[in-house]
Amino acid sequence: MIIHVTDQAGENHELEGLEGWRVMEVIRDWGLNIKAECGGALSCATCHVYVDAAWMDAVGAPSDEEEDMLDSVGDVRSNSRLSCQILMSDALDGLKVTLAASAAKE
Amino acid sequence: MSTEITTDVVVIGAGPCGLFAAFELGLLDLKCHFIDILDRPGGQCAELYPEKPIYDIPGFPVVTGQQLTDNLMAQIAPFAPEFHFNRMVNSIEKQEDGSFKLATDADEIFHTKVVVIAAGGGSFQPKRPPVPEIEQFENKSVFYAVRKMDDFRGQDVVIVGGGDSALDWTLNLQPIVRTLTLVHRRDAFKAAPASVNKMKELVAEGKVNFQLGQIAKLDGTDGQINHVHLTTEAGDLSIPATRLLPFFGLTMKLGPVADWGLELNDNTIVVDTEKFETSVPGIFAIGDINYYPGKLKLILSGFHEAALMAQAAKAIASPGERVVFQYTTSSTKLQKKLGVA
Repeated sequence: MIIHVTDQAGENHELEGLEGWRVMEVIRDWGLNIKAECGGALSCATCHVYVDAAWMDAVGAPSDEEEDMLDSVGDVRSNSRLSCQILMSDALDGLKVTLAASAAKE
Repeated sequence: MSTEITTDVVVIGAGPCGLFAAFELGLLDLKCHFIDILDRPGGQCAELYPEKPIYDIPGFPVVTGQQLTDNLMAQIAPFAPEFHFNRMVNSIEKQEDGSFKLATDADEIFHTKVVVIAAGGGSFQPKRPPVPEIEQFENKSVFYAVRKMDDFRGQDVVIVGGGDSALDWTLNLQPIVRTLTLVHRRDAFKAAPASVNKMKELVAEGKVNFQLGQIAKLDGTDGQINHVHLTTEAGDLSIPATRLLPFFGLTMKLGPVADWGLELNDNTIVVDTEKFETSVPGIFAIGDINYYPGKLKLILSGFHEAALMAQAAKAIASPGERVVFQYTTSSTKLQKKLGVA
């Protein structure tokens, strides 16, 4: 299955992932600019992405704990999610997300 | 006057791998001093996920970051390592005799035979909000911590965030500032409920302004802000301000390590897999901060690296001394060091 990721420089990438992988892991393994410093433990917010409007319903809303973590970035929008909390599945094949500035490495 | 400390080994970073290194080094009679930017041991385990269960530590089906830290502290206690918290190593200089001189930002000088860098993802630093040109205002009118309350007396202060730091400083600074605006992106707070209630009382009394929104831009000259621009659901808003305190938590940055002349690979330090020594003999790197082919950022890998590093460190710290490899299960000598025989 495929996800479409726009990086902080505005470049589009088509990335292949496997069912059950976290979107963060797919983006990290393809070497895009994502810090993901806690490794997916929902303990930082450095895998912050904006979900494309057309995919908002399929992805669903963040949990309370994820909302708390989103407080630690300054560029939250209504379509903000932490990509470590989105699991790849058939329903998300073709998902489009954009990496937030706050997800960048140094 | 700088404080001068002489030791066998300085370990930079008191996370799990650094702590275990003190055990392996201690068995070889090497004395360790720790330097860490946090105010307590544990590194990422203590700062990022103290309550999160870890399932891949050998022998522990499940252990939290804090439990692992506490256990390691108990395990190394017989060797009485010394801890220097809330400081950062600024520089490392190799001396003519092969030893090292380290300087910290707390005005200490360490003279040591061996340096072990166990700094994980680097040092924890305040997270900088994504606001254009915020750097030019930092430490002049934008601060990530309150060091002197007096810097805020009579000022128009904007505090950003919804956690304990944001709320605590809202309550503490309110009596001495001219105006105080708390900015948070939503009407829910991670901070302690008692602080949130106290803040709401101050808002009701007109002593604190609360504004939903996020900072977008700063206006000012020569490092001094005069306005903070916010993005809110009702549109853009500009607040007169002379001090800004963003509280977005901590993130890891490589920091001064990058300037120590060590061979790096994408923000990690290149080491060999026999001694876990860096490109500078006598400086070792273990745990998440090192790089070698096949590297996995796992705590258990860091423990292994610590054991092998200690053997090489011993050869440097005690040249010519013959070291016999022993087990804690059978060696009375080792058991005496551990205080159990």
